[in-house]
Amino acid sequence: MTDEKRMEELKDKLLSSYLAFENGKDINSDVHDIRSKALQNFEKLGFPTKKLEAWKYTSLNSILKEDYSIFPKAETAVELADVKKYFIHDIDTYKVVFIDGKYSSFLSNTTHDNMDICLLSSALTKPKYKAIIENFFNKTAKQDNLTSLNTAFANEGAYIFIPQNVEVEKPIQIINFTTGAENATMIQPRNLIVAERNSHVQIIERHQSLTDNAILTNAVTEIFVDTHASVDYYKIQNDNTNASLVDNTFIEQQKESTCSVHTFSFGGNITRNNLNFFQKGEHINSILKGVTIIEGRQHVDHHTLVHHIEPNCESHQDYKGIFGDRSTGVFNGKVIVEKEAQKTNAYQQNNNVLISDKATINAKPQLEIFADDVKCSHGCTIGQLDQQALFYMQQRGIPKKEANALLMYAFANTVLESVKIPEVKQRITNLIAEKLGVNIGFEL
Amino acid sequence: MLKIQNLHAAIEEKSILKGLNLEVKAGEVHAIMGPNGAGKSTMASVIAGKEEYEVTSGSIELDGEDISELAPEERAQAGVFLSFQYPVEIPGVTVTNFIKTAINESRKAQGLEEMPAKEMLQKIREKSELLEIDRKFLSRSLNEGFSGGEKKRNEIFQMAMLEPKLAILDETDSGLDIDALRIVANGVNKLKSEDNAVIVITHYQRLLDYIVPDYVHVLHDGKIVKTGDASLALELEAKGYDWIKNELV
Repeated sequence: MTDEKRMEELKDKLLSSYLAFENGKDINSDVHDIRSKALQNFEKLGFPTKKLEAWKYTSLNSILKEDYSIFPKAETAVELADVKKYFIHDIDTYKVVFIDGKYSSFLSNTTHDNMDICLLSSALTKPKYKAIIENFFNKTAKQDNLTSLNTAFANEGAYIFIPQNVEVEKPIQIINFTTGAENATMIQPRNLIVAERNSHVQIIERHQSLTDNAILTNAVTEIFVDTHASVDYYKIQNDNTNASLVDNTFIEQQKESTCSVHTFSFGGNITRNNLNFFQKGEHINSILKGVTIIEGRQHVDHHTLVHHIEPNCESHQDYKGIFGDRSTGVFNGKVIVEKEAQKTNAYQQNNNVLISDKATINAKPQLEIFADDVKCSHGCTIGQLDQQALFYMQQRGIPKKEANALLMYAFANTVLESVKIPEVKQRITNLIAEKLGVNIGFEL
Repeated sequence: MLKIQNLHAAIEEKSILKGLNLEVKAGEVHAIMGPNGAGKSTMASVIAGKEEYEVTSGSIELDGEDISELAPEERAQAGVFLSFQYPVEIPGVTVTNFIKTAINESRKAQGLEEMPAKEMLQKIREKSELLEIDRKFLSRSLNEGFSGGEKKRNEIFQMAMLEPKLAILDETDSGLDIDALRIVANGVNKLKSEDNAVIVITHYQRLLDYIVPDYVHVLHDGKIVKTGDASLALELEAKGYDWIKNELV
């Protein structure tokens, strides 16, 4: 059977599963309408193929041919001891944890005390949340193929609502575990995060497979950052090599707000990050940073979009990539500056190091500027590690492997230094050392 | 300590060292002088083990062990230090953390524990004072945006921290004003002992007013063609190199 045929089969399976999915749900609700429309949209668009400009360098064919189980069975038991290492466990945090797409109360630590850190499934059904859902659910998410697919089946994920003037004192961890109870599992987490005026929240997100069976995660996260609020979001992608992820994030910011997203991509099979910022007020700051370190046949694609709509806003993008073996990377950074968005300051930097002859990076900055009084800069480099620097370090007694690692760490450090949670920074540092196969106490 | 015999080395099949002989004993200071292109920097790189250079024949012994097949870090760990003519900038790595890593990686290679933090700090303080290095300087990225003088001072600071057996100073005087030269030379002299040795590679006599050599060698066309005491450097300063070339004909 051809890849196309298998893809069609998966599509048919998803379409026909929808009835079963909606069975028992309130079909008179607005959410039902949203889902139905999204399903129709997906039916029309189908899965993305390389014929689409946005998917030119990332093919999902190899992962869409699996016969995925779409509705995982009841919660599979997971021992805390087995998964503790995937948490940032040396600090107190709120936790919203899912196993095979189902909420795990055992591993979670949620709250309704002065804020809501809980489940989207409750928020979608309980009257208490109706107004928020009406205002924010599926409002900023694009109606593209995979986002539509997620919306059609949107049911579970983290729901985070931070009321005005609340500074959340503990970071929130959103973790999706998959156990491989089925041969191949597809999950579609849906997160909704609303930070009201002048609130502040830090979120750490992770997708982690606990199995060698094929996993496909198609996640959508919508984040609303109201006036003068700030949201710091950290995505740790270090999954095993049979797990693929399409991570769609949509962020809407109101005036004077700040939102940063750091994406650390060290693992997984195919990882596609669609990170979209929409600036809907003045004096907004949007920060997009990423470090990618991959090897083998891994593939990581960062598609970023910053839409400058109003005047006097900033965006800062800094993506570093290190590619070994036959790994492939994509960076497509799109910045749109509307005519009204004067005095925009948009900065984009993408630096890549290829440490193998067989590794590939496709880098494409895309600037569409319609205003005439703006500062927009972009820089993109692709190179090798500096051999002179390597010899210099070896001459001081640092073995080649460690010298290499130190150089790569230093290369990635411009991204790491803006991580505000020390424990997250330490964890990323450890992951980098582990990834580079060295035992070296970086503390640069 | 160092014994180089009939050393031939080439880069990209271009032969640069053509039968170099040099013996340096513990406690000695040797100066290597010579015109541009004589092979002075190549000699330093070859002793340090730079991979682009191929040793085609001859040997380099350190304390009786042939080191010519060792990796650069193994030679460094055995006690060879090269002060670079052009120290490399490494953004993102601070001076302090670089030197800590260098010391601890060398210790690790020798099966030793990491140096205790307190001892490390104490040593950093002591050696930076010796070279009149500002504390703020130590938390900057290695060599990034350093002036020529700062880079060279930083090289000697690292030498002080690593306490090598054999230090090769490759044109350490170039780019230094007279004050910086004095500080650097003073640092080298303070580090000098009966157990270590220094090879000073220089174009000019100037540095040798401060670091007084026991022997001065003239390197020409890949080998040492003349050896004398400190007075030879003065003679070269006054007369240039042509008379030596003429002597060879």
